[in-house]
Amino acid sequence: MREPIDSDVDLHVPAERAELRPTPFPVLAAISAGGVLGALGRYGISVALPHPPGGFPWSTFLVNVSGCLLIGVLMVLVTEVWTAKLLRPFLGVGVLGGYTTFSTYVLDIHQAMIAGSADIALIYLAATLVGSVLAAWAGMTFTAWLVR
Amino acid sequence: MTALLVVLGAAVGAPLRYLTDRFIQSRHDSVFPWGTMAVNVAGSFVLGLVVGLPASGPVTALVGTGFCGALTTYSTFSYETLRLTQEGFRFYAAANITASIVAGLGAGVLGLMIAQALTG
Repeated sequence: MREPIDSDVDLHVPAERAELRPTPFPVLAAISAGGVLGALGRYGISVALPHPPGGFPWSTFLVNVSGCLLIGVLMVLVTEVWTAKLLRPFLGVGVLGGYTTFSTYVLDIHQAMIAGSADIALIYLAATLVGSVLAAWAGMTFTAWLVR
Repeated sequence: MTALLVVLGAAVGAPLRYLTDRFIQSRHDSVFPWGTMAVNVAGSFVLGLVVGLPASGPVTALVGTGFCGALTTYSTFSYETLRLTQEGFRFYAAANITASIVAGLGAGVLGLMIAQALTG
């Protein structure tokens, strides 16, 4: 089976259309619980690695790049190895979705700008983007090599 | 206390992302990830509002770190971009990156401006 394009819900994948049933409460509960764990992890890292105004936002950078590495690993595993129903909602949509963040990334860029560090803002913008896609690719490729 | 507020916000934000993504993706037949872009842009707008308000620790933890952090996602965004590239949809992948960042930044700054204009 091929990995889907949308890691959250890809309606082109027949098994995932089952999630469109009217009361997916176990799925929603798994996503909510996973999201809480992921968000707590992100919060913990942001407290451990604060950055000064205009400094490089290392905590959000590390959270987003590591989360993308893990989604690459996870999507191969849930497609090829562990097919338990609630695993992708819990770990992928919940934990990794709650762990990584786009909103803080965007506000970090703006905050670096207004602190007078346009160079840091641009480097952070590009490094997160390139690092995240490469990390997801590395996670997928390495895991696929391991399991196939 | 702060961690508890993060928990409450994330408990709502993560399932809302899933429901929004599902709602949007079931209403068009394109491989373009409109659902993820919608939550990311909306979450950036709300975080802009929160950051633009006069500083309030509990609100930032609940709505900013918890809710907006869990509503928006970088893992799905980059995974979808990667998969679009791998499937040969290079234009969609490039458009997804450009539109998400431009619209996300625009929405975040708009939220900031609205909050600052309202609270003077």
